[in-house]
Parts: sequence; structure tokens; C-alpha cells
Amino acid sequence: MAIMEPAIRPMPAEPAGDEAVVNDFAFVVATANGTGSQTANLTLLRALFKMGIPVNGKNIFPSNIQGLPTWYHIRVSHEGYVARRETAEVLLAFNEATVFNDIRDLPAGGVCLYNDDWRNVPEREDVTMYGIPVNQFLREVGAKGKFRDRYTNMIYVGAMAQLFGIELEAIDEALMYHFSGRRKIVDGNMKIINLAYDWVAENIEKTDKYRVERIENSPVTGQMLITGNEAAALGSLFGGVTVVAWYPITPSTSLVDAINGLIDLRQDPETGKNTCVVIQSEDELAAIGMLLGAGWAGARAMTATSGPGISLMAEFAGLGYFAEIPAVIWDIQRVGPSTGLPTRTSQGDVLFTYFLGHGDTKNVVLLPATVAECFEFGSTSFNLASELQTPVFVLSDLDLGMNTWMTPPFSYPEEPIKRGKVLTAEEVAEKGFARYKDVDQDGIGYRTLPGNTHPLAAYFTRGTGHDENAVYSERPDDWLENMDRIKRKFETARQIVPAPIVDYNPEASIGIIAYGTTLPAIEEARDRMAADGQKTSFMRLRSLPVNDAVRDFVSRHEWVYVIEMNRDGQMHSILSLEMPDFATKMISLAYLDGMPLTARWIVEAIEEKEQSR
Amino acid sequence: MTTKTRGRQRVNSIGLEFADYKGQPTTLCQGCGHNSIANQIIQVAFELNLRPHEIIKLSGIGCSSKSPAYFLGMSHGFNALHGRMPSIGTGALMANHHLKAIGVSGDGDTGSIGMGQFKHICRRNVRMVYIVENNGVYGLTKGQFSATADEDQTLKYAGTNEFPPVDICQEAIIAGCGFVARSFSGDPKQVRELLKAALSHRGTAVLDIISPCVAFNNEDTSTKSYGYGRKYEEPLHDIGYVPQRDEIMIDDYAPGEMKVVQLHDGSLIQLRKLDMNYDPSSRREALTRLEKAASREEFVTGLIYFNPDRPNLAEISNIVDTPLAHLSDEQLRPGPDKLQKVLDRFL
Repeated sequence: MAIMEPAIRPMPAEPAGDEAVVNDFAFVVATANGTGSQTANLTLLRALFKMGIPVNGKNIFPSNIQGLPTWYHIRVSHEGYVARRETAEVLLAFNEATVFNDIRDLPAGGVCLYNDDWRNVPEREDVTMYGIPVNQFLREVGAKGKFRDRYTNMIYVGAMAQLFGIELEAIDEALMYHFSGRRKIVDGNMKIINLAYDWVAENIEKTDKYRVERIENSPVTGQMLITGNEAAALGSLFGGVTVVAWYPITPSTSLVDAINGLIDLRQDPETGKNTCVVIQSEDELAAIGMLLGAGWAGARAMTATSGPGISLMAEFAGLGYFAEIPAVIWDIQRVGPSTGLPTRTSQGDVLFTYFLGHGDTKNVVLLPATVAECFEFGSTSFNLASELQTPVFVLSDLDLGMNTWMTPPFSYPEEPIKRGKVLTAEEVAEKGFARYKDVDQDGIGYRTLPGNTHPLAAYFTRGTGHDENAVYSERPDDWLENMDRIKRKFETARQIVPAPIVDYNPEASIGIIAYGTTLPAIEEARDRMAADGQKTSFMRLRSLPVNDAVRDFVSRHEWVYVIEMNRDGQMHSILSLEMPDFATKMISLAYLDGMPLTARWIVEAIEEKEQSR
Repeated sequence: MTTKTRGRQRVNSIGLEFADYKGQPTTLCQGCGHNSIANQIIQVAFELNLRPHEIIKLSGIGCSSKSPAYFLGMSHGFNALHGRMPSIGTGALMANHHLKAIGVSGDGDTGSIGMGQFKHICRRNVRMVYIVENNGVYGLTKGQFSATADEDQTLKYAGTNEFPPVDICQEAIIAGCGFVARSFSGDPKQVRELLKAALSHRGTAVLDIISPCVAFNNEDTSTKSYGYGRKYEEPLHDIGYVPQRDEIMIDDYAPGEMKVVQLHDGSLIQLRKLDMNYDPSSRREALTRLEKAASREEFVTGLIYFNPDRPNLAEISNIVDTPLAHLSDEQLRPGPDKLQKVLDRFL
């Protein structure tokens, strides 16, 4: 249990008073890994969503297959906020092993549903306690073996529905989704849910102040619920991925699982043959090696990995950079260094991926913040890798990748499939060919693919020094010219990578620069600060390298806070390197304990800095 | 072999001259076994009328891995990282499964740093000719023992090797490779016939070619030396490769003297038996023979193990006929109706 304690210790409850709290609080479902509780969690989440209530679900889980405690947080927010809150007011205590601390951690005025058959459930006068006779229900329905856990989950769902106003129709709909429309299974579950629902109505008097309510004409109606990894998989399949090579690692695995699950999108309807292959490699070294082999020969190749995999890929990343081969590497960041916290989120790989490779290396890095951007970057990443002939890193994280987010349905990719400067045999005949010659003065040479029939199309790809014809060279001028050209290519990259999104407020003296999944917390924090009279501008970076827009943004503000989820302020370091003359104008606000950032932390961190200025 | 002459040059049946198959001049030591192997590759490609653009040359790092620059100058080449050539080859052949791949590695590149990728490319049966130019020593770093060096061998600077050698052929067979041969760079005829057969094999074909290092490991006492090879090479059979289109003449031999096996593309390997009892289709027999050879320090050469039945990775992956690298935009990106259908699942 020591695994979790410090991380979820809540702060005091934010809303005080006795008035009803509608659609603005959080549930925490305390359970054990591997008991099927995820069905109940997702059912609750989706049922609330079906009622038009904005939701976000975050799974706080251990690195374990079965038995260790897991917490699922569901935030409901009529204002549409989806960031994590420190506090969850309503506890569903499924797990006897953690019930003591779970109840202790509730804020004053909180609510606890627990199993009435348990002994030694701690009492708190400032918490409303609802005991549910779970064993009595289980006996009634004759549940045995593994069904005991599953039915228990549904008993809680039924009790929850009655106590907090979740509509049974919405739960039915959610279960139909979860069980892919298998009516019989849904009916079986609904029977138990109804039993608990009715029992609570007759036997428990609701005395707490929390409830949910359907929102008519809700902005979330028509939206979807999806994880970032699923969105990235879908985006990649519509981005033209042809080769996936990967090695399983949390929290990236569900991305490739999703590609495999959706692979029928990329099967020839007549022959059933594949236009995209997925290879599970022996390790991450081989995975990225396969990408570079495939990219060299003309495939749109990608992998999904996390920090430890990135460490192993360093050697090949340098080759990809220097030999100029397209590849796409999704890094679903978890907490490092080393094995770190494998099931917790971070933004700790920004510096490492940006400079990955020994010698002078700089990589293109994309920074998605939303599931929609995960989908979008599925195409963008391949186009950029092909155009720039270089590995492109896409830094998602565990929070974005594995948790469930609302989003408007994705729109069909607008940008066409781009293949970059690839010469056909006819073009070689017409223009001639020198692989690393800067014909267009943008630092990007022309390449040919193996199989090109022109006798002059072949060249020798190598990680050793080479001249513009790709011939081995140790000459100082050849080395210098080549490296300067690759640097020029990086300047081209600045102009074509996804631009930052800016919300500029001319009245604001302070600016915020951030990227990735700090976004929801920052949006909420800015609203709160604005309500208190503190106006801010906001620039969300979507890629590296940055361009002049960032310089412009910093120059317009007195101070700029760079907010991120790591210890050392990695993006702050990169921006200081890029704009040394502005280094003193940028203040790092970096924090990492494995949990997604909260609005509260941001507001307090900025307040503290502002007061000490 | 049908060759004509153009001027004073020999021309093969696709109209290419012998010189068209050459590469850059070698920078390896004079007398290095690797140069001989590069020359056999040139000869074989010319004789088999291979189209250079249909071939990719791959290598890792080391003396051996330099050699793809010295043959088939009109083929795309990729000099990868130390021990990582198999993954590059695997990816390239997924992108374009119509290409023929020739990989050149060494005993350090394969037996040490690249052992994992070597075993796994065999396991996956990627269609590649995988040549290990095996000299038992690190050349570019000046004379350290490699993992295939003889146990108890003493070298001038490296001292005495206390560890048993890795047997590349045994490792390949155990990993599931369906074409495993050993040869000697001093036996160019056998190298050529094995190369030809390997190029017709359906999956990974491993050629462990003892290729002496004249600079660091050529004392007659070393099992990787010219002297040792010439004295002790023990071919299991005389091997002959018969292209698909040529008529087979097996009448020259008495029954039982000749074994003929068919390769995936219809071509044939004729094994004229020297060791009458050896059956290369038996995995167990192959391993036993190698084990016996290792314990007696016998230098057995020839096609040690052959099994054409396992499908290769491209076949298992069920790839569309068009190489993935050349799919149309429509094949790469499903239509808007398809997206709508998937998104409905998440509503």
C-alpha cells in the first residue's frame, strides 16, 4: 500500500457548505487489479457521458497483473474541465485491503459506499457512510467463483445509480457499448444493477449533497470517448503506416494492440492481404532497426515505446538522423529514470529524444496534447518524416495514451499523403542523382528507393562519413559540408512542423508556455486566475524545433512560465538554449510525482512566484 | 552458362557485362578471405543474370561489413550498425518483399554483439542470404579474440582464449534456419555453388564461410587459417547448383551417389555424395555431425542442413503483391466512409 499513499493523499475539499453539488465533483473507485472492475468503471464513465455530463476517467493502476490496489478517478464537471483534481468526494470502496486509507483520505463532507459485510471499516463523523450488503445480494443471485467479483461490481453500479442519480437507461446503453451489443449479457448485468438500485431506494436514506443530472443540449452530445493510444493507432492507419515494429512496454502497448484490432482497415477487400504489417521484435533495438530498414526501402514505418525503449533506440536514432532515413517513434512517456514508475505519467523524455544520438544530433519532436492531436499526428508524423528524411518522435504520455477522453469525432485528414523527395528511374535519367546534394537549398537531398531500375539510382547508405554522392569520406570539408547541410535541414523543419497554438491576451503581463497533457490543468488554472483578476496569455507548443513565434510570444510578456511534468524543467532548458537572450525571462514550473498535473498546483505555483517577484 | 561477348567483355543474357557487377576497389588487406568472397558474389550474380536493382546489400560493422562496397555497385547498399544488420534487412524486406537481400557479417558482428538479431532473423525466416565471414578475430580493432576463436588458442597480443567457440551453423539450425552451410574462402567453387543455392532459398540462408585474416589469425595452428583450411577441409559432398531453366543431367551418377533437392523457385541442388551416409534434411543429423566435427576440430563443409518447407516472414505476413513501399495513396489511406464507421464504435 505504500505504493500509492503519498501520491493520492488529497488536499482538503474545495467546495464547502451544505448546498447540493450537481455535476461538479469526482468519484474514486478503489478496487484491486484484475477483478473485472474496469467494466464497472467504464460503464459508470460512459453512462455519465451519455447523460450529457462532461467526464474524464483516469486509471491510477499498479505495475501488476492481479491483486494490487487500483484507483479509478471519474471527474464530472458541468463546466467541461477534464484535468485531474486532488480531491475525490465520493468513494466506492471495493477493496477491503485499502479501505482504511481510502476513507481516511476522503475530504470532510465526503461520501463512502462500502461493503457492509466487512469488519473494521473505519468510521468518520464528517463522512456519509452507506453500507451495501454485498454478500446478501451475491447469495440471492447465486454468484460463484469469478462471478462474485463481477457481480459485486454491478451491485455497486446499481447502488451508485440510485444514490447519485445516474439513469438506468444510460447504464444500459453503456453496457451495450461495453459488451458490443450482446443483449443477453447486458440483461444479466442489468438484473443485478436493478436489484441493488431498488434495495437502496427502500433501505437507504440519502443524506449527502452530491448528485448528477442529465444536461440537455450538452456540448458533449455527439462526442466520443477514446484513449490517446487508440486515437494514435487510428491516425497512423489513416496516415498510411505500412510497417509497425515494436516491443511490448507499458504504457505504449495498447497503441499497437489498437492497430492490430483495427488492421482490417488496411486489408485488401478482395484478397484479404495486408497493406500494413505488424512485427513484434525481440527488443527495441531491433524494432527501430526494422523501421530504418523499412523507411530506407520506402515504407511508412513506426513503433510505439516508452522511456526504457527510447534508451535502447539511441544508437539507431543517431544512424537515422545521420543517414537521413524516415521513421516515426511514438514515445508514450512514463516516469523515469530507469524502470521508474512504469504505470505513471510524465513529460520526462523531452530533452533526451530532442538530442537522442551521440555526436551532434537534433531530432524533430511532436507534442500531442489531446486525443484529436494523437489522431492528427498519425498522418503528420509520417509526412514530416518523409519530407525531412529523418526520424520523428511523437511524445504522448500515459495519461493521454491510456486514459479515456471526450473528443468531437475526428475529421478526415486534410493533408494529403506526402512521400518527400523520392526520385523515379525517369527522374534520375532526367536530373541525375547525388543522394546528399542540397539541390533545393533547403538541406534536403533527393533519395532513390531500392528497386529503382536506373543504373545510377543505387547508393550506399552508411553511418560513416560520406560525401554528397554517399561515398565514404574522411575529408574534413566533406564532413563539415554534410553536417552543415543537415543543420540547414533542421532550419527547414522549424518552418514546417506543427505551429504552436497561441491564446494571446494583450492585457496580460505574464505568459504561460506548455505542451502535451498539462493542457487541461492549464485551461482550468487560467480560468481560475482570470476570475481572480490575474490575466495570462498561453502558448501551447506542438513540436520541436520551435520557430520565431515562440520568441515573439516571450518578447511580448514580462515573464513567461514554462510549465511541465518533469523535475528539471526540460522544455525550459531547451527554450533557454534556443533563445539564450530570453533565458532570464522564462521561469520554470516543473513538477513530477507520477500523477497528472492539477489546476490547483498551477495556480498556487504561479501565485507563489508572483508574490516573490 | 550462356554468356556472349561484347567486344572483349563477357556479356550475360540480360546484357550486362561482368564489370557491371563490380563495386569500389577493396580497402581490405591483400589476401584477406573476404575479398575472395566478394569476388565470388560478383561472379555468381553475373552468371545467374541477376538484375542489380533487384538486390540489396546489407552489412553491420567490421572488416566483413565493409565488403558490400566492393561488389554490385549498381545495387542499393546499407552499411548498418554493429550487429544490427538483421533488423535493417527485416524492415527493408517488409517494405519491398520482391527484393533479394545479400547480408554480409562477421564473427564479431554475428557471434557477439549481433547474436540476438542473428538468432531472430533465422527464427523469422526472413528471405536473406546471410554470409558470416568467419575469421575468429577482430581485425579493425587489431587482433582481439572473437566469439568463434578456438578454445586455448594463443595470439600475440590477445593472449590465450579460455572460452569455447560459438558454432555459427549450430546456432542457425537451433534458431530454426532452413538453409545452413559452411564453406571456406579458399574453396571458391564451393562458395559459388552454395551462394547460388542460397539465393534461391525461400527464407534465411546462412553461409558460415571460414575466411582467414592474414593480418591477425593466419598461423597454421588456427582453425581459421588458410593452411588449416587447405589441409583439413572435408566437404560432405560435391555441390552443384542447377538453375530452373537448365536441363538436369543426373544420369552421370550411379543411383545413391547423387541426391537432388529442389529449391523454392524450382531450381535444384545436386549433392554428389562424398560422405555416403550424410542426409542434410535431418536437423538432428546435422547437429550431431557439427557436434562431432567441433569436438574433433574437423573442418566439415557443404550444405549441412536444408529444409525448404517453412514459409518466410513476408509469406507469413500475408503482404499484398505490390511492395508496401509502392502502394497508392488510396491503399495507404482508407476512405472517409471507413473512418466514419470506426468512429461510430467510439460514440
